[in-house]
Amino acid sequence: MEKSEIKGFIAKRCAKELKDGDVVNLGIGLPTMIPDYLPEGVHLLIHAELGIVGAGVAPKSADTNFDPYHVIDAGGGPCSVAFGGGFIDSAMNFGLIRGGHVDACFLGALEVDAEGNLANWIIPGKKMPGMGGAMDLCVGARKCIVCMEHTAKGNPKILEKCRLPLTAAHCVNTIITEMCVFQVTDKGLVMTEINPEFTVDDVKAATAAPFTVAADCKSMLD
Amino acid sequence: MANKPVITAKEAAAMIPEGATIMCGGFLACGQARAIVKELAASGKGGFTLIANDMARATGPMGEEFFGIAQLIHNHQVKRVIATHVGMTPEVGQQVNEGTLEVNLIPQGSLAECIRAGGAGLGGVLTPVGVGTLVEQSPLCLGKQTIDGKEYLLMKPIHADFALLGTYKCDAYGNCWYKGTMRNFNVVMATAADTVIAECEYLMPVGEIEPENIHTYGMCVNYIVEGERK
Repeated sequence: MEKSEIKGFIAKRCAKELKDGDVVNLGIGLPTMIPDYLPEGVHLLIHAELGIVGAGVAPKSADTNFDPYHVIDAGGGPCSVAFGGGFIDSAMNFGLIRGGHVDACFLGALEVDAEGNLANWIIPGKKMPGMGGAMDLCVGARKCIVCMEHTAKGNPKILEKCRLPLTAAHCVNTIITEMCVFQVTDKGLVMTEINPEFTVDDVKAATAAPFTVAADCKSMLD
Repeated sequence: MANKPVITAKEAAAMIPEGATIMCGGFLACGQARAIVKELAASGKGGFTLIANDMARATGPMGEEFFGIAQLIHNHQVKRVIATHVGMTPEVGQQVNEGTLEVNLIPQGSLAECIRAGGAGLGGVLTPVGVGTLVEQSPLCLGKQTIDGKEYLLMKPIHADFALLGTYKCDAYGNCWYKGTMRNFNVVMATAADTVIAECEYLMPVGEIEPENIHTYGMCVNYIVEGERK
Protein backbone atom coordinates (compact mmCIF):
# COMPACT_ATOMS: atom_id res chain seq x y z
CA MET A 1 0.00 0.00 0.00
CA GLU A 2 1.28 3.46 -0.94
CA LYS A 3 2.09 5.60 2.10
CA SER A 4 -0.34 8.26 0.84
CA GLU A 5 -3.23 5.77 0.74
CA ILE A 6 -2.83 4.45 4.29
CA LYS A 7 -4.73 7.14 6.17
CA GLY A 8 -7.70 7.07 3.80
CA PHE A 9 -7.78 3.27 3.98
CA ILE A 10 -7.91 3.33 7.79
CA ALA A 11 -10.51 6.12 7.84
CA LYS A 12 -12.68 4.18 5.39
CA ARG A 13 -12.60 1.11 7.62
CA CYS A 14 -13.38 3.25 10.70
CA ALA A 15 -16.48 4.59 8.96
CA LYS A 16 -17.91 1.06 8.92
CA GLU A 17 -18.06 1.13 12.72
CA LEU A 18 -20.77 3.78 12.65
CA LYS A 19 -24.49 3.73 12.28
CA ASP A 20 -26.94 6.46 11.45
CA GLY A 21 -27.45 8.94 14.28
CA ASP A 22 -24.33 8.05 16.28
CA VAL A 23 -22.83 10.82 18.40
CA VAL A 24 -19.13 10.77 17.59
CA ASN A 25 -16.02 12.64 18.67
CA LEU A 26 -13.16 12.67 16.18
CA GLY A 27 -9.59 13.35 17.29
CA ILE A 28 -7.30 15.54 15.22
CA GLY A 29 -5.59 14.18 12.11
CA LEU A 30 -6.71 10.88 10.59
CA PRO A 31 -10.04 10.64 12.48
CA THR A 32 -11.27 13.85 10.86
CA MET A 33 -11.22 12.01 7.50
CA ILE A 34 -13.80 9.44 8.65
CA PRO A 35 -16.92 11.46 7.60
CA ASP A 36 -15.62 11.40 4.00
CA TYR A 37 -16.19 7.63 3.89
CA LEU A 38 -19.56 7.18 5.59
CA PRO A 39 -21.86 4.64 3.94
CA GLU A 40 -24.94 6.12 2.28
CA GLY A 41 -27.69 6.93 4.74
CA VAL A 42 -25.36 7.24 7.73
CA HIS A 43 -25.39 10.71 9.24
CA LEU A 44 -23.43 11.46 12.37
CA LEU A 45 -23.85 13.98 15.13
CA ILE A 46 -20.31 15.27 15.48
CA HIS A 47 -19.40 16.25 19.00
CA ALA A 48 -16.57 18.78 19.32
CA GLU A 49 -14.53 19.62 22.43
CA LEU A 50 -14.94 23.31 21.82
CA GLY A 51 -18.60 23.01 22.64
CA ILE A 52 -20.47 22.00 19.51
CA VAL A 53 -23.08 19.27 19.44
CA GLY A 54 -23.59 18.75 15.73
CA ALA A 55 -20.46 20.29 14.24
CA GLY A 56 -20.47 21.00 10.53
CA VAL A 57 -17.74 21.10 7.93
CA ALA A 58 -14.87 23.60 8.11
CA PRO A 59 -15.95 26.68 6.13
CA LYS A 60 -13.73 28.36 3.54
CA SER A 61 -12.87 32.04 3.92
CA ALA A 62 -15.43 33.03 1.25
CA ASP A 63 -18.30 31.16 2.97
CA THR A 64 -20.94 33.20 4.81
CA ASN A 65 -20.45 31.14 7.98
CA PHE A 66 -16.66 31.65 8.05
CA ASP A 67 -16.08 33.11 11.51
CA PRO A 68 -12.58 32.18 12.73
CA TYR A 69 -12.87 34.43 15.80
CA HIS A 70 -16.07 32.90 17.13
CA VAL A 71 -16.55 29.39 15.73
CA ILE A 72 -13.44 27.21 15.76
CA ASP A 73 -12.41 23.59 16.19
CA ALA A 74 -10.00 22.08 18.70
CA GLY A 75 -7.10 22.65 16.30
CA GLY A 76 -7.89 26.36 16.13
CA GLY A 77 -9.17 26.25 12.55
CA PRO A 78 -12.52 27.65 11.44
CA CYS A 79 -15.48 25.38 12.12
CA SER A 80 -19.24 25.51 11.76
CA VAL A 81 -22.38 24.13 13.30
CA ALA A 82 -24.53 21.76 11.24
CA PHE A 83 -28.23 22.46 10.67
CA GLY A 84 -29.98 21.64 13.92
CA GLY A 85 -26.77 21.58 15.96
CA GLY A 86 -25.98 23.76 18.96
CA PHE A 87 -23.32 25.25 21.18
CA ILE A 88 -22.65 24.31 24.79
CA ASP A 89 -20.19 25.30 27.51
CA SER A 90 -17.27 23.14 28.67
CA ALA A 91 -18.85 21.85 31.89
CA MET A 92 -21.96 20.65 30.03
CA ASN A 93 -19.81 19.35 27.20
CA PHE A 94 -17.65 17.17 29.40
CA GLY A 95 -20.63 16.10 31.47
CA LEU A 96 -22.03 14.67 28.23
CA ILE A 97 -18.73 12.90 27.56
CA ARG A 98 -18.24 11.40 31.02
CA GLY A 99 -21.94 10.59 31.26
CA GLY A 100 -21.76 8.16 28.35
CA HIS A 101 -23.75 10.27 25.89
CA VAL A 102 -21.07 10.06 23.20
CA ASP A 103 -21.32 6.78 21.28
CA ALA A 104 -17.76 6.60 20.04
CA CYS A 105 -14.48 8.44 20.03
CA PHE A 106 -11.79 7.87 17.42
CA LEU A 107 -8.26 8.86 18.25
CA GLY A 108 -4.64 8.14 17.46
CA ALA A 109 -2.06 6.59 19.77
CA LEU A 110 1.63 6.75 20.53
CA GLU A 111 1.21 3.34 22.16
CA VAL A 112 -1.70 1.02 22.82
CA ASP A 113 -1.47 -2.32 24.58
CA ALA A 114 -3.06 -5.74 24.90
CA GLU A 115 -5.04 -4.63 27.97
CA GLY A 116 -6.60 -1.72 26.12
CA ASN A 117 -4.40 0.85 27.81
CA LEU A 118 -3.73 3.93 25.70
CA ALA A 119 -0.82 6.40 25.74
CA ASN A 120 -1.12 9.43 23.48
CA TRP A 121 -0.56 12.62 25.44
CA ILE A 122 2.99 12.97 26.70
CA ILE A 123 6.56 11.88 26.02
CA PRO A 124 8.36 12.65 29.29
CA GLY A 125 11.37 14.88 28.84
CA LYS A 126 10.49 15.54 25.22
CA LYS A 127 6.95 16.70 24.67
CA MET A 128 4.24 17.71 27.12
CA PRO A 129 1.45 19.15 25.01
CA GLY A 130 -1.18 18.03 27.51
CA MET A 131 -4.13 15.69 27.53
CA GLY A 132 -6.76 18.22 26.54
CA GLY A 133 -10.04 16.31 26.35
CA ALA A 134 -8.51 12.93 25.49
CA MET A 135 -8.63 11.41 28.99
CA ASP A 136 -12.30 12.32 29.41
CA LEU A 137 -13.17 10.92 25.99
CA CYS A 138 -11.34 7.63 26.52
CA VAL A 139 -13.04 7.07 29.85
CA GLY A 140 -16.46 8.43 28.97
CA ALA A 141 -17.25 7.53 25.37
CA ARG A 142 -19.18 4.27 24.99
CA LYS A 143 -16.66 2.98 22.46
CA CYS A 144 -13.02 4.06 22.25
CA ILE A 145 -11.50 3.26 18.88
CA VAL A 146 -7.81 3.75 18.18
CA CYS A 147 -7.08 4.39 14.51
CA MET A 148 -3.47 4.72 13.47
CA GLU A 149 -0.68 3.41 11.29
CA HIS A 150 0.37 0.04 12.63
CA THR A 151 3.97 1.07 13.31
CA ALA A 152 5.92 4.31 13.75
CA LYS A 153 9.04 4.36 11.57
CA GLY A 154 8.92 0.57 11.57
CA ASN A 155 8.65 0.31 15.36
CA PRO A 156 5.59 -1.39 16.86
CA LYS A 157 3.05 0.85 18.56
CA ILE A 158 0.88 -2.05 19.70
CA LEU A 159 2.63 -3.42 22.78
CA GLU A 160 2.13 -5.98 25.50
CA LYS A 161 2.22 -3.13 28.01
CA CYS A 162 2.42 0.63 27.35
CA ARG A 163 5.70 2.23 28.41
CA LEU A 164 4.63 5.86 28.12
CA PRO A 165 2.36 7.49 30.72
CA LEU A 166 -1.24 6.45 30.08
CA THR A 167 -4.06 8.57 28.78
CA ALA A 168 -6.47 6.09 30.30
CA ALA A 169 -6.36 2.51 31.53
CA HIS A 170 -8.43 -0.33 30.03
CA CYS A 171 -10.29 2.04 27.76
CA VAL A 172 -9.68 0.89 24.17
CA ASN A 173 -12.27 -1.38 22.54
CA THR A 174 -10.96 -1.62 18.99
CA ILE A 175 -7.70 -0.91 17.14
CA ILE A 176 -7.89 -0.21 13.42
CA THR A 177 -4.71 0.02 11.34
CA GLU A 178 -3.75 -0.44 7.69
CA MET A 179 -2.82 -4.07 8.49
CA CYS A 180 -5.70 -5.35 10.57
CA VAL A 181 -8.48 -4.83 13.09
CA PHE A 182 -7.95 -5.92 16.70
CA GLN A 183 -10.68 -6.24 19.30
CA VAL A 184 -9.48 -5.81 22.88
CA THR A 185 -10.98 -8.59 24.99
CA ASP A 186 -10.54 -9.97 28.51
CA LYS A 187 -8.26 -12.57 26.94
CA GLY A 188 -6.11 -10.03 25.11
CA LEU A 189 -6.06 -8.92 21.48
CA VAL A 190 -8.12 -10.78 18.90
CA MET A 191 -7.56 -10.11 15.22
CA THR A 192 -10.98 -10.05 13.58
CA GLU A 193 -10.02 -8.64 10.18
CA ILE A 194 -6.86 -8.54 8.10
CA ASN A 195 -5.85 -6.52 5.07
CA PRO A 196 -5.26 -9.19 2.37
CA GLU A 197 -2.06 -7.37 1.37
CA PHE A 198 -0.53 -8.77 4.55
CA THR A 199 -0.13 -12.19 6.14
CA VAL A 200 -0.67 -13.04 9.80
CA ASP A 201 3.12 -13.33 10.10
CA ASP A 202 3.50 -9.79 8.71
CA VAL A 203 1.14 -8.56 11.43
CA LYS A 204 3.02 -10.56 14.07
CA ALA A 205 6.30 -9.00 12.99
CA ALA A 206 4.81 -5.50 13.31
CA THR A 207 3.07 -6.08 16.64
CA ALA A 208 4.86 -6.31 19.99
CA ALA A 209 1.92 -7.94 21.75
CA PRO A 210 0.58 -11.47 21.57
CA PHE A 211 -2.74 -11.84 19.76
CA THR A 212 -5.06 -14.57 18.60
CA VAL A 213 -6.71 -14.79 15.21
CA ALA A 214 -10.49 -15.08 15.32
CA ALA A 215 -11.87 -18.27 13.74
CA ASP A 216 -14.00 -16.10 11.46
CA CYS A 217 -11.29 -13.52 10.72
CA LYS A 218 -12.40 -11.60 7.61
CA SER A 219 -10.76 -9.49 4.97
CA MET A 220 -10.73 -5.75 5.80
CA LEU A 221 -11.91 -5.14 2.25
CA ASP A 222 -15.19 -7.08 2.68
CA MET B 1 -30.81 45.65 39.42
CA ALA B 2 -27.96 48.04 38.99
CA ASN B 3 -25.80 48.89 36.03
CA LYS B 4 -22.27 47.53 36.26
CA PRO B 5 -19.35 49.93 35.88
CA VAL B 6 -18.03 50.07 32.34
CA ILE B 7 -14.27 50.51 32.46
CA THR B 8 -11.49 50.52 29.88
CA ALA B 9 -9.29 47.52 29.24
CA LYS B 10 -6.41 49.53 30.71
CA GLU B 11 -8.36 50.25 33.89
CA ALA B 12 -9.22 46.54 34.16
CA ALA B 13 -5.57 45.56 33.80
CA ALA B 14 -4.64 48.16 36.43
CA MET B 15 -6.95 46.45 38.96
CA ILE B 16 -5.04 43.19 38.69
CA PRO B 17 -2.02 43.16 41.00
CA GLU B 18 1.32 41.46 40.51
CA GLY B 19 1.12 37.77 41.46
CA ALA B 20 -2.67 37.50 41.03
CA THR B 21 -4.39 34.24 40.20
CA ILE B 22 -6.36 34.83 37.00
CA MET B 23 -8.88 32.64 35.22
CA CYS B 24 -9.04 33.34 31.51
CA GLY B 25 -11.97 32.01 29.55
CA GLY B 26 -11.27 30.97 25.99
CA PHE B 27 -10.21 27.99 23.94
CA LEU B 28 -7.23 28.83 21.75
CA ALA B 29 -8.25 32.43 22.52
CA CYS B 30 -11.76 32.02 21.07
CA GLY B 31 -13.84 33.60 23.82
CA GLN B 32 -10.88 35.27 25.49
CA ALA B 33 -10.79 38.80 26.92
CA ARG B 34 -8.05 39.74 24.50
CA ALA B 35 -8.18 43.52 24.99
CA ILE B 36 -7.67 43.19 28.76
CA VAL B 37 -4.93 40.60 28.20
CA LYS B 38 -3.18 43.00 25.81
CA GLU B 39 -3.17 45.72 28.48
CA LEU B 40 -1.99 43.24 31.08
CA ALA B 41 0.88 42.34 28.77
CA ALA B 42 1.71 46.03 28.31
CA SER B 43 1.60 46.64 32.08
CA GLY B 44 4.71 44.57 32.61
CA LYS B 45 3.28 43.09 35.82
CA GLY B 46 4.17 39.48 36.45
CA GLY B 47 4.17 36.50 38.76
CA PHE B 48 0.68 35.54 37.59
CA THR B 49 -0.97 32.17 37.98
CA LEU B 50 -3.10 31.56 34.90
CA ILE B 51 -6.00 29.11 34.86
CA ALA B 52 -7.21 28.44 31.34
CA ASN B 53 -7.86 25.58 28.97
CA ASP B 54 -4.70 26.38 27.02
CA MET B 55 -2.19 29.21 26.67
CA ALA B 56 -3.76 30.49 23.44
CA ARG B 57 -1.80 30.76 20.24
CA ALA B 58 1.49 32.13 19.05
CA THR B 59 -0.39 33.23 15.91
CA GLY B 60 -4.02 34.35 15.55
CA PRO B 61 -6.55 33.36 12.86
CA MET B 62 -5.43 36.21 10.59
CA GLY B 63 -1.74 35.96 11.44
CA GLU B 64 -1.86 38.17 14.55
CA GLU B 65 1.22 37.89 16.72
CA PHE B 66 0.71 36.39 20.21
CA PHE B 67 -3.02 35.87 20.15
CA GLY B 68 -4.51 36.05 23.65
CA ILE B 69 -2.64 34.93 26.76
CA ALA B 70 0.25 33.53 24.69
CA GLN B 71 1.47 37.12 24.99
CA LEU B 72 1.75 36.88 28.80
CA ILE B 73 3.75 33.65 28.44
CA HIS B 74 6.02 35.25 25.84
CA ASN B 75 6.69 38.18 28.20
CA HIS B 76 7.55 35.83 31.09
CA GLN B 77 4.73 37.33 33.18
CA VAL B 78 3.42 33.94 34.31
CA LYS B 79 4.88 31.76 37.07
CA ARG B 80 2.30 29.00 37.15
CA VAL B 81 -0.22 27.58 34.71
CA ILE B 82 -3.18 25.29 35.34
CA ALA B 83 -4.37 24.06 31.95
CA THR B 84 -5.32 21.03 29.88
CA HIS B 85 -3.23 21.54 26.75
CA VAL B 86 -0.26 23.80 26.06
CA GLY B 87 1.01 22.27 22.81
CA MET B 88 -0.02 25.23 20.66
CA THR B 89 2.24 27.53 22.69
CA PRO B 90 5.79 26.13 22.36
CA GLU B 91 7.17 28.80 24.69
CA VAL B 92 5.42 27.11 27.61
CA GLY B 93 7.57 23.99 27.17
CA GLN B 94 10.71 26.11 26.82
CA GLN B 95 10.02 28.01 30.03
CA VAL B 96 9.26 24.79 31.91
CA ASN B 97 12.61 23.39 30.75
CA GLU B 98 14.31 26.62 31.84
CA GLY B 99 12.70 26.22 35.25
CA THR B 100 10.88 29.57 35.19
CA LEU B 101 7.34 28.22 34.76
CA GLU B 102 5.34 25.57 36.61
CA VAL B 103 2.63 23.80 34.62
CA ASN B 104 -0.13 21.65 36.11
CA LEU B 105 -1.98 19.75 33.41
CA ILE B 106 -5.36 18.24 34.21
CA PRO B 107 -8.05 16.74 31.97
CA GLN B 108 -10.34 19.22 30.24
CA GLY B 109 -13.49 17.91 31.86
CA SER B 110 -11.83 17.96 35.28
CA LEU B 111 -10.73 21.57 34.79
CA ALA B 112 -14.27 22.60 33.90
CA GLU B 113 -15.77 20.67 36.79
CA CYS B 114 -13.19 21.83 39.39
CA ILE B 115 -13.94 25.43 38.42
CA ARG B 116 -17.66 24.71 38.53
CA ALA B 117 -17.16 23.24 42.02
CA GLY B 118 -15.18 26.33 43.03
CA GLY B 119 -18.06 28.52 41.97
CA ALA B 120 -20.85 26.29 43.22
CA GLY B 121 -19.78 25.82 46.82
CA LEU B 122 -18.69 22.23 46.45
CA GLY B 123 -15.75 20.73 48.33
CA GLY B 124 -14.40 18.76 45.40
CA VAL B 125 -15.11 16.65 42.37
CA LEU B 126 -15.06 12.87 42.10
CA THR B 127 -14.25 11.83 38.55
CA PRO B 128 -13.17 8.53 37.00
CA VAL B 129 -11.03 10.48 34.54
CA GLY B 130 -7.31 10.30 35.30
CA VAL B 131 -7.37 7.07 37.33
CA GLY B 132 -4.17 5.15 36.60
CA THR B 133 -2.49 8.18 35.03
CA LEU B 134 -0.07 10.96 36.05
CA VAL B 135 -3.10 13.04 37.10
CA GLU B 136 -3.04 11.06 40.35
CA GLN B 137 0.21 12.93 41.16
CA SER B 138 -1.21 16.37 40.35
CA PRO B 139 -1.32 18.90 43.21
CA LEU B 140 -5.00 19.26 42.31
CA CYS B 141 -5.67 15.59 43.06
CA LEU B 142 -6.40 14.86 46.72
CA GLY B 143 -6.54 11.07 46.46
CA LYS B 144 -8.67 8.18 45.29
CA GLN B 145 -12.02 6.87 46.41
CA THR B 146 -13.91 3.73 45.53
CA ILE B 147 -17.66 4.07 45.20
CA ASP B 148 -19.80 1.06 44.27
CA GLY B 149 -16.66 -0.76 43.17
CA LYS B 150 -15.49 1.97 40.79
CA GLU B 151 -12.40 4.13 41.35
CA TYR B 152 -12.56 7.92 41.26
CA LEU B 153 -10.06 10.74 41.75
CA LEU B 154 -10.94 13.43 44.24
CA MET B 155 -10.08 16.75 42.59
CA LYS B 156 -9.80 20.10 44.36
CA PRO B 157 -12.17 22.96 43.60
CA ILE B 158 -10.53 25.85 41.76
CA HIS B 159 -11.10 29.50 42.64
CA ALA B 160 -9.28 32.63 41.48
CA ASP B 161 -8.75 36.29 42.36
CA PHE B 162 -9.94 37.41 38.92
CA ALA B 163 -11.91 35.89 36.07
CA LEU B 164 -11.63 37.51 32.64
CA LEU B 165 -14.54 36.59 30.39
CA GLY B 166 -14.47 36.90 26.62
CA THR B 167 -18.09 37.55 25.63
CA TYR B 168 -19.83 38.74 22.47
CA LYS B 169 -22.76 40.75 23.81
CA CYS B 170 -23.01 42.17 27.27
CA ASP B 171 -25.81 44.37 28.61
CA ALA B 172 -25.53 47.16 31.16
CA TYR B 173 -26.42 44.80 34.03
CA GLY B 174 -23.55 42.51 33.02
CA ASN B 175 -25.68 39.78 31.44
CA CYS B 176 -23.62 38.06 28.78
CA TRP B 177 -24.21 36.16 25.55
CA TYR B 178 -21.51 34.20 23.75
CA LYS B 179 -21.38 33.64 20.02
CA GLY B 180 -20.47 30.22 18.62
CA THR B 181 -17.76 28.42 20.54
CA MET B 182 -16.87 31.43 22.73
CA ARG B 183 -18.85 29.99 25.61
CA ASN B 184 -16.39 27.23 26.58
CA PHE B 185 -14.91 27.89 30.06
CA ASN B 186 -16.36 31.41 30.45
CA VAL B 187 -19.64 30.17 31.90
CA VAL B 188 -18.08 28.35 34.86
CA MET B 189 -15.30 30.88 35.38
CA ALA B 190 -17.89 33.64 35.84
CA THR B 191 -18.89 31.94 39.10
CA ALA B 192 -15.47 31.10 40.52
CA ALA B 193 -13.50 34.32 41.08
CA ASP B 194 -13.55 37.20 43.59
CA THR B 195 -13.67 39.78 40.80
CA VAL B 196 -15.22 39.01 37.43
CA ILE B 197 -14.59 41.26 34.45
CA ALA B 198 -16.60 40.67 31.28
CA GLU B 199 -15.08 41.95 28.08
CA CYS B 200 -17.56 42.19 25.22
CA GLU B 201 -17.60 43.05 21.55
CA TYR B 202 -21.00 44.75 21.79
CA LEU B 203 -22.33 46.59 24.84
CA MET B 204 -26.13 46.46 24.66
CA PRO B 205 -29.03 48.08 26.49
CA VAL B 206 -30.67 45.81 29.08
CA GLY B 207 -33.35 43.67 27.43
CA GLU B 208 -31.50 43.21 24.17
CA ILE B 209 -30.44 39.72 25.27
CA GLU B 210 -33.60 37.65 25.71
CA PRO B 211 -34.00 36.40 29.30
CA GLU B 212 -34.00 32.81 28.03
CA ASN B 213 -30.70 33.38 26.25
CA ILE B 214 -28.54 34.82 29.00
CA HIS B 215 -25.47 32.57 29.30
CA THR B 216 -23.74 34.38 32.18
CA TYR B 217 -25.90 36.32 34.63
CA GLY B 218 -25.05 39.90 35.49
CA MET B 219 -25.13 39.05 39.20
CA CYS B 220 -21.78 37.25 38.65
CA VAL B 221 -20.15 40.15 36.79
CA ASN B 222 -18.43 43.06 38.56
CA TYR B 223 -17.09 45.12 35.66
CA ILE B 224 -17.66 45.44 31.93
CA VAL B 225 -15.03 46.28 29.30
CA GLU B 226 -15.84 47.03 25.69
CA GLY B 227 -13.23 45.27 23.58
CA GLU B 228 -12.52 44.99 19.91
CA ARG B 229 -15.22 43.88 17.45
CA LYS B 230 -14.30 40.96 15.25
